[in-house]
Amino acid sequence: MSDLNKLGLAEARDALRAGETTSKELTEACLTAIDGAGALNAFVHRTPEIAMEQATQADARLKSDKEAPAMCGLPIGIKDLFCTKGVPSQAGSRILEGFLPEYESTVSQNLFDAGAVMLGKLNMDEFAMGSSNETSVYGNAVNPWRRGNDDVALTPGGSSGGSAAAVAADLCLAATGTDTGGSIRQPAAFTGITGIKPTYGRCSRWGVVAFASSLDQAGPMTKSVRDAAIMLEAMCSYDAKDSTSAELPVPNFEAALTGDVRGKKIGIPKEYRMEGMPEEIETLWADGIAMMKDAGADIVDISLPHTKYALPAYYVIAPAEASSNLARYDGVRYGHRARLDHGDGITEMYEKTRAEGFGPEVQRRVMIGTYVLSAGFYDAYYNRARKVRSLIKKDFEDVFAQGIDCILTPATPSAAFGLGEMADADPVQMYLNDVFTVTVNLAGLPGIAVPTGTDRQGLPLGLQLIGRPWEEADLLSSAYALETAAGFVAKPDKWW
Amino acid sequence: MSIDENTAARVAKLARIKVEPEALPALAQEFNGILGFIEQLSEVDVEGVEPMTSVTPQRLKRREDVVTDGDQQDKVLKNAPDAREGFFAVPKVVE
Repeated sequence: MSDLNKLGLAEARDALRAGETTSKELTEACLTAIDGAGALNAFVHRTPEIAMEQATQADARLKSDKEAPAMCGLPIGIKDLFCTKGVPSQAGSRILEGFLPEYESTVSQNLFDAGAVMLGKLNMDEFAMGSSNETSVYGNAVNPWRRGNDDVALTPGGSSGGSAAAVAADLCLAATGTDTGGSIRQPAAFTGITGIKPTYGRCSRWGVVAFASSLDQAGPMTKSVRDAAIMLEAMCSYDAKDSTSAELPVPNFEAALTGDVRGKKIGIPKEYRMEGMPEEIETLWADGIAMMKDAGADIVDISLPHTKYALPAYYVIAPAEASSNLARYDGVRYGHRARLDHGDGITEMYEKTRAEGFGPEVQRRVMIGTYVLSAGFYDAYYNRARKVRSLIKKDFEDVFAQGIDCILTPATPSAAFGLGEMADADPVQMYLNDVFTVTVNLAGLPGIAVPTGTDRQGLPLGLQLIGRPWEEADLLSSAYALETAAGFVAKPDKWW
Repeated sequence: MSIDENTAARVAKLARIKVEPEALPALAQEFNGILGFIEQLSEVDVEGVEPMTSVTPQRLKRREDVVTDGDQQDKVLKNAPDAREGFFAVPKVVE
């Protein structure tokens, strides 16, 4: 078989089972593709020796075990936010330079237990704070897509920008991502791939470098909805090491992919019709609604009245949690420590270490978080934001109580923009990228981005489906219907 | 609520991030932009609303109060920028 790196998870799994290829061949094809894709800056730490070793073991397992898990032998990339034993895990930050974890994150361990092969670590915004992968210590990841014949480098989105670029460019069969405000779904939409953030608590957060613990969730970034179902199942588990991990059985998500949405009630929230929304996004959304209707779903207009307040609430809660979580980077236990001047004490060590180790966006958010948690402002900002968060969650509970099965919205307010284009913009302009996705994190719900069309310049655009808590199986099945109807098959032309 | 340079300096100090004095005006301006955006939250009627503590209704699990981990000093110290004689080493803390 040729072009093995271009396969999806399901196709590769079936090819392995049919004896048409081996894990070693799949892995070698991906490693070659990675070597030729330096211009995308997606893989920032390559692990070819680990990959070939895991592939050899997977091939042996596939031979001896007819019941080997679906992920067995499939080469994937791991976002740099996941701690991988003995392999650099820097969260895209200078402050974790040289850090080699002594342990494995639960999610990556689950994937390895299922036989998955790790090709390396993927670029991302520093500590997952960003929507364009431009805050990374490794430099920008680059979107494999371009605007027609224009050679301007575009962002793959963020924070899981390296994961998105790598999957879209066929450097791996799939990748892990994490999503705190949209960091799986926005880059998936910008690169024409599928990405799902499961219900909060589905994937263990243990060993995933913490950004905002009440919002962070891991999920797969894949070439199809079926692949997302396969990989999500392997990633999920109850984990006693994460106190918020859900002790619920993990369904067979792939088996639930009927794509039958007849009689399902799909909500269309009027508040997501933002002022100044580009016409192309409007059209994409209208087309998606028509596709679901044609597939037999009932389209219902709904209201989620507190939507407007989701981003401001997020920009209190996420920085507050980040300022607390990132207090651990003090130059004592791991990572970077600043060189000290004569007479410097421990306070100078902390201050210089953190000034050198954190980039500007991380510093900004840590300080905003510190401010909103400080005496005198805690009630006005932090407690108020948590109350608004309760109201945002209640908006969703109300529509689900009315019988809505899932909610269809745009995934992003635009297509991928040029790297550097937002450099002079106010930070709040960048935050608006997450306007459609952030509500889902605040409410703890599952959300999936599916590519459904392209803009005038040929760039991919995606729609988002939001599901009921713990009903990823149903959500994936609806997404499968949308994917089937949209028939999005475009791939970026190789220029790298 | 407008943030001046003194407040920005105080926040930087609380966050233990060294900010050079010449960078404070721009930092204060950025904070004001972000806080202005956050200010919208004051429009929301939150009377009688409980602040969210957990996004899923599950109760935090309890476990037996027993030692579950330990005896890995070498691993704990492995990534330390300065470890000596089984301890993390830091600059002098008390005079």
